[in-house]
Amino acid sequence: MYVAVKGGEAAIANAHQLLADRRRGDRSLPAISIDQIVAQLGLAVDRVMAEASLYDRELAALAVRQARGDMIEAIFILRAYRTTLPRFGMSVPVDTAAMKIERRVSATYKDLPGGQLLGPTFDYTHRLLDPSLLTDEPVAEPLRRPVDEGSMMRVSDILSGEGLIEGDGQMPQDHVPGDLTREPLEFPLNRDLRLQALARGDEGFLLALAYSTQRGYARTHPFVGEVRIGTVEVEMDIPELGFAVSLGRIQVTECQMVNQFQGSTKTPPQFTRGYGLVFGQSERKAMAMSLVDRALRAKEFGEDIVAPAQDEEFVISHSDNVQATGFVEHLKLPHYVDFQAELDLVRRMRAEYETRAEAEKTGTMREAAE
Amino acid sequence: MDAIREKRDASADQRKRTMGLLARATAAELQAGWQAVEPKPEVHPVRGPETGLIMVRGRVGGGGDAFNLGEATVSRAAVRLASGEVGHGQLLGNDREKARLAAIFDALQQRPEHRQTVLRMVEAIEGRIEVEDRLQAEQTAATRVDFFTMVRGDN
Amino acid sequence: MAIQSEQQRAATGIYAGAFADPVFQSQSVFKALMDAMARPGTILSLGAAAAPPAPLGAGAGAIALTLCDDGTPVWLSAALAASTVPAWLSFHTGAPLTDVRPEARFVFVEAGGLVPGFDQFALGTQEYPDRSATLVLEIAALQGGLAFTATGPGIRDEVTIAPVGLPDIFLTLWDENRAIFPRGVDLILVAGTDIVCLPRTTKLRRREV
Repeated sequence: MYVAVKGGEAAIANAHQLLADRRRGDRSLPAISIDQIVAQLGLAVDRVMAEASLYDRELAALAVRQARGDMIEAIFILRAYRTTLPRFGMSVPVDTAAMKIERRVSATYKDLPGGQLLGPTFDYTHRLLDPSLLTDEPVAEPLRRPVDEGSMMRVSDILSGEGLIEGDGQMPQDHVPGDLTREPLEFPLNRDLRLQALARGDEGFLLALAYSTQRGYARTHPFVGEVRIGTVEVEMDIPELGFAVSLGRIQVTECQMVNQFQGSTKTPPQFTRGYGLVFGQSERKAMAMSLVDRALRAKEFGEDIVAPAQDEEFVISHSDNVQATGFVEHLKLPHYVDFQAELDLVRRMRAEYETRAEAEKTGTMREAAE
Repeated sequence: MDAIREKRDASADQRKRTMGLLARATAAELQAGWQAVEPKPEVHPVRGPETGLIMVRGRVGGGGDAFNLGEATVSRAAVRLASGEVGHGQLLGNDREKARLAAIFDALQQRPEHRQTVLRMVEAIEGRIEVEDRLQAEQTAATRVDFFTMVRGDN
Repeated sequence: MAIQSEQQRAATGIYAGAFADPVFQSQSVFKALMDAMARPGTILSLGAAAAPPAPLGAGAGAIALTLCDDGTPVWLSAALAASTVPAWLSFHTGAPLTDVRPEARFVFVEAGGLVPGFDQFALGTQEYPDRSATLVLEIAALQGGLAFTATGPGIRDEVTIAPVGLPDIFLTLWDENRAIFPRGVDLILVAGTDIVCLPRTTKLRRREV
């Protein structure tokens, strides 16, 4: 029997109006604009784009504003929006070797071609709150230096010259990249589908799993071969024209994690690799993704599966924060009838328990009396 | 035969390059370009303008086989001039008016009397992008680490 | 110059013929299809027409514009595949063409074209019976042919259909399709812009005279 399913309508409408009021906050302050969010809270916007799996800075900023800065709510809104749009097709795979670099560092080679470019990093900052940001003090223009023309060779290509590192990931011939937005996941997954899931996975969850591998739960002996941030060209084939056309550029972060591998009966000792690629500027996420990608390849390398980060079904089934928040948060919705049933059950069990206890007590007394 | 094919390839390359630059034009650049077109042609919509998604693909390990990274918004339009040429515009983002104008310029560049106007406009766009790219690259170059070794005297 | 104008003519052919009012017309067609699938054997009008290149008809074209997109591989009969229909479909719907029959989600056959065996297309699986093909078959007419009695979900008692232009072995093909339920294909029969739907749940028998 369903009872009390009506009556919330006015309360809900009023709650939404209250939400709109609290979101706007103090009216004596100027409202924050979408452009301001894009320009000044760029990394929040990037995280929303990455985990919503939709590259669009303005829409992501709108979602951040609408969600009052609640990242998972913003991701949820943007994910919901993408389902309303038709898909025009697939891009030609982006070429990260041709990236316009904004930052590029390697922990394995000091003097790699193209050099170590720190870019706009938080690294080496003192992590002290900066009182100058309390007010709108002028900010100096960045310094400039002539560009060292030449290719930004990928670190994996340096090691591959010696044959000491596995190649780029190859899928079986004629493999069509899986798409988890179109087909339900069926475990075990191919690496391409895992990478798609990880790229949209929750940063905090992947970070924790990556950390667990470093603490000994599936150790992979990792080094950052290279992290690079920059823009890549997105091209799409136009069948009517018979050639691919550039649609513009997007910013991505790529991490090549290099892992020592002692070899197995089938494979000689060498370096293996974990790969991370994320929309926007998100080094932490790309690094965590590459560590988890490598851990999830355990079976491929004949490693024992002993830790959570190696368990594909566990990792991929729980990495999506929109799914996770939906299931956790649904618990606050009315469960009146379910709970009523549970209450009846517990009352009945309690009555039986008390009757039994009473009977035992009486029995013991009778025994004592005899 | 080969000469004809080469000519066609060259014009396809030119069109591809122009379309790529139109995709990166600002709304103001396209509006200004449209103001400069005289006389204004008659334009009929063929498809759109409409906004949808493209699935952006990456490569496993950076250079391996393709995987689906995530989607991006794309706006596109196709238009036809009264003279019959069909133009296509497609660019990242939500701006359908930009896509429509890009499609018009793609159609116009197929008309001899408008080709130079379109080429001048995309050259200006290309110049603006080059300046932005150089500035960004030079700012990045200033954060390059110059390692040097501390020389320790033996005596 | 001659080459270019010819190219342009061909190009104009594939660019024209879509819905003038895509939102409302595709909604009208979608609603008609949904109603017709829910009421198997009932003749309904799509309420909108497309003008695709021959030999694809106005109704089948409208169905393609409504249902096909980049996620629905399409298989075309030999005559359709040899026409400019592939380029038209590609431009207006983004649907990929396939010549591997089990990969197709939609199958189109023009009026009078050879209808392949239904079991050559995707029939779905026991777990996912929805991963099957929908066949859009254009025929000469929806009335006036050999009569069949249809029964099953969505049909009160029974309904009579009498399509003209189905292959002679149609009833055998359909019985075989019924036999593998819940797997199987679904059919949309089209004449002009009228349709009759036969989902896999519908039972057919030759009507006794």
